[in-house]
Amino acid sequence: MGFKDEKTLKVSAIKNGTVIDHIPSNCLFKVISLLGLDKVEFPITFGSNLDSRKLGSKAIIKISDVFFEDSDINKIALIAPHVKLSIIKDYNVVEKKVVKVPEEVVGLAKCFNPHCISNHEDITTRFNVLTANGEIELKCKYCEKITDQEHMILL
Amino acid sequence: MSRSLVSITDYSKDEYLNIIEIAKGFELQPVQEVLKGKVVATLFFEPSTRTRLSFESAVLRAGGEILGFSDSSTSSSTKGETLNDTILTVSNYCDLIVMRHPLEGAAKFASEISSVPIINAGDGANQHPSQTLLDMYSILKTQGTLDNLAIVFVGDMKYGRTVHSLVMAMSHFSPRFFFVSPVELKLPDEYKLYLDNRNIPYIETTDLGMAIREADIVYMTRVQRERFADPIEYERTKNAYILKLSMLSSTKATMKIMHPLPRVNEISRCVDSSEKAYYFEQTKNGVFVRQAIISNLLGLK
Repeated sequence: MGFKDEKTLKVSAIKNGTVIDHIPSNCLFKVISLLGLDKVEFPITFGSNLDSRKLGSKAIIKISDVFFEDSDINKIALIAPHVKLSIIKDYNVVEKKVVKVPEEVVGLAKCFNPHCISNHEDITTRFNVLTANGEIELKCKYCEKITDQEHMILL
Repeated sequence: MSRSLVSITDYSKDEYLNIIEIAKGFELQPVQEVLKGKVVATLFFEPSTRTRLSFESAVLRAGGEILGFSDSSTSSSTKGETLNDTILTVSNYCDLIVMRHPLEGAAKFASEISSVPIINAGDGANQHPSQTLLDMYSILKTQGTLDNLAIVFVGDMKYGRTVHSLVMAMSHFSPRFFFVSPVELKLPDEYKLYLDNRNIPYIETTDLGMAIREADIVYMTRVQRERFADPIEYERTKNAYILKLSMLSSTKATMKIMHPLPRVNEISRCVDSSEKAYYFEQTKNGVFVRQAIISNLLGLK
């Protein structure tokens, strides 16, 4: 049996909905919480630590009967910029999407600078998104310091 | 929302030049009651005597009134009031707020919620734009131009926010920079990248004597003991960045020495009597420049 078939067996197919693939395994639960999937009542299936030629180890989420707004889905670009989405209708892939990194990130991440005012007052955090060597970095609009991927804490 | 001055990058090259032009007017005619009837609040959540007095002098000499506090122990923030509430309250009492705060981004946040303009007089290690504008004014006044100058920064390039802001502001005027510092206190990469992207030449060195020979401006800063992980390293290097009178003989006749002050020992006292010493006149320029910034933000100039 081929590699591809093996994968489909691990997380069963859905009739209608969204498949989020190529999530780095260590980001799976962050992606789930960013999209609010930990608070919903419709069926979700996911698999993690699956073999991936690209990532080494990847996770996949399949969500039945849900189609996301681009603005929601782009939130996950912060932690998983290489994610691929497939829109499924009647067991067929009708559209494929990649996530786009937003120019501005509001209220999603924490500034890593302990001396930043946003960590001391009740303030919605705001960042300009920069890319450096293919990695996403956040420049705080308050303290002007840069939070890199390694120090990124999502709210 | 009214216009504020929070970060040196809030202003364009033309706006720098405009403030400098207005400041010239205040210097030529120091008695101008442009701020008559205006109340300026100076909120110093962290003490800074020099900066506060300079702003207050600027307001008083232009006919305005001041209120405020010089230390957060005398403000309601010790009772647990948020910055949000302090700003929303004080903005009802005055026409403009000058603030210093120990947290970075505090002035930016204040500018978003205040109904009156905010001038950032220092937010932690982040920004202090009126210092940069007065430095530019001093450079122009002593050199007759801002263009094509050789500027030598000495001391702490890593944490010195006055250095970072002046480097960025002067980058509009085709400068050549020299950064003289101990290895521990070299200029952070983000500023080098900024200069590289603009093709601005710079040299990093530990040799003060060599660098100052070419200088139009020597900008001295304090090397603080607490910046060194290893106290022995501090003892070994501290004397290498002290400017002495004997070193000035090989420098340009028009060269001027600047310093944001306070000075500890990085400029030997015997330098004070040299014609090249400019750091006390620099503080005088600060008053004109702050008058210019305030009257400009209030739409009076």
